Amino acid sequence: MLTSDNAFSTALALILGMDSALISIVTLSLQVSLMAVVIASLIALPLGAALALWRFPGRNVVIVALNALMGLPPVVAGLCVYLLLSRAGPLGEWGLLFTPTAMVIAQVILVMPIIAALTRQQVEALHGEYAEQLNSLGLTRLRMIPTLLWDARFGLLTVILAGFGRASAEVGAVMIVGGNIDGVTRVMTTSIVLETSKGNLPMALGLGIILLALVTMINAIAHIIGETAKRRLG
Amino acid sequence: MNKTTALITAGTLGLTFSATLMAADDYITLASTTSTENSGLFDAIIPAFSEETGIDVRVVAVGTGQAFEIGRRGDADSLLVHDTAGEEQFVADGYATERLNVMYNDFVIVGPSDDPAGIRDSETVVDAMQRIAESESPFASRGDDSGTNRAELRLWEDAGVTPQGEWYRELGSGMGPTLNTAAGMDAYTFTDRATWVAFDNPQDLTLLFEGDEALFNQYGSLLLSAERHPHLKHDLAAQWHEWLVSEQGQQAIADFEVDDQQLFFPNAE
Repeated sequence: MLTSDNAFSTALALILGMDSALISIVTLSLQVSLMAVVIASLIALPLGAALALWRFPGRNVVIVALNALMGLPPVVAGLCVYLLLSRAGPLGEWGLLFTPTAMVIAQVILVMPIIAALTRQQVEALHGEYAEQLNSLGLTRLRMIPTLLWDARFGLLTVILAGFGRASAEVGAVMIVGGNIDGVTRVMTTSIVLETSKGNLPMALGLGIILLALVTMINAIAHIIGETAKRRLG
Repeated sequence: MNKTTALITAGTLGLTFSATLMAADDYITLASTTSTENSGLFDAIIPAFSEETGIDVRVVAVGTGQAFEIGRRGDADSLLVHDTAGEEQFVADGYATERLNVMYNDFVIVGPSDDPAGIRDSETVVDAMQRIAESESPFASRGDDSGTNRAELRLWEDAGVTPQGEWYRELGSGMGPTLNTAAGMDAYTFTDRATWVAFDNPQDLTLLFEGDEALFNQYGSLLLSAERHPHLKHDLAAQWHEWLVSEQGQQAIADFEVDDQQLFFPNAE
């Protein structure tokens, strides 16, 4: 029977037991999601800033599309990546299906629109504030991108964390492209699904508690880094 | 922050690469069913196979319908599923060169312990299913084109019942989630015995009907066609395929128990 007591005690026992299977699952979860967020940020931060600064025909369409993609269902992203990477698909020769790399690719697709759309919005607001000064310095728009991104860094930290939250919480995409293979592509969220389907609800909830604690820890670290940096500069 | 980002990148890259280096090259990907995976069978038999051959088996557990699709697309090296008619069709279509009987267990009907449809004393499974339909007692169906779902639908057909109406609930889920849902809404459901015995959240559900020959559940191993998908690891997959029906493989399957109960019965010829 499931009670909140035995979920917490299961979680505690798992953590204290330093179970090697659990450690590999946690490590893989963090690897996949952090990797996805780093790659997505490298693409989406400059992309979002560029979208904020340049005016071109169809810009509004791009913005609306990007905003809409923030709500892309993970299973749809997973299915698209599955069809791409499947042996019968266009990139099948790479043999990436059911590997952690496939999971990173799927999560990059999920996270990128969030980071790009929110960066666009932040940089646009900042640019509105500083446009005159930046123009008087004679900066080209290309040169403005790093300046504005740097200036918006504290807000962007939250943006990146939002992306990380999306990546670490989703299960639909990694389940399809990873296959939830024990010891290879099994992560926290897919383990929770598996334990639920076995009817092992205390274990499922225990893993959920650990996942939540990990995400909280990462957010706390990011918050402390942000606050410290702010104080030093301010 | 650039430094931090760089550090994180370097760290993740390093970890990923070291993980890749550690992984053995000798592995096959096996598409199989949730019933075999969820019951813990693979955890019990794969180590024995790996020790003997040095080959690791990576299991992707899905419904039988999806396992066939994975096989057709060339995304798994081997298949172990339970839909004999579907498997024979798969061979006839040229996706596999050989199909072998590996083991069997049986399906059972579970339901609320007060048994509103009164199937406990049914003579046959067809009779039990007719009673459920006539009393319009809630019935949770997998509805996911899995081997279990296909077997259930065949039995409705044998019973002369078109399963539809408010009492018949297609869930589109795996066996475990279906059992969770059936337990939640006090519904009957059709399940393989292995998943049922290994299931930890039965609540008021109890085993109500078993033992009819029509509930026989055969598992088969498929050796995929090298012609159709040359990139697959056919040599390694053939070793697995042959090991399953070998004396050692059959013994490993027979030795696997949950709560002192044998869940799969080897029957290779």
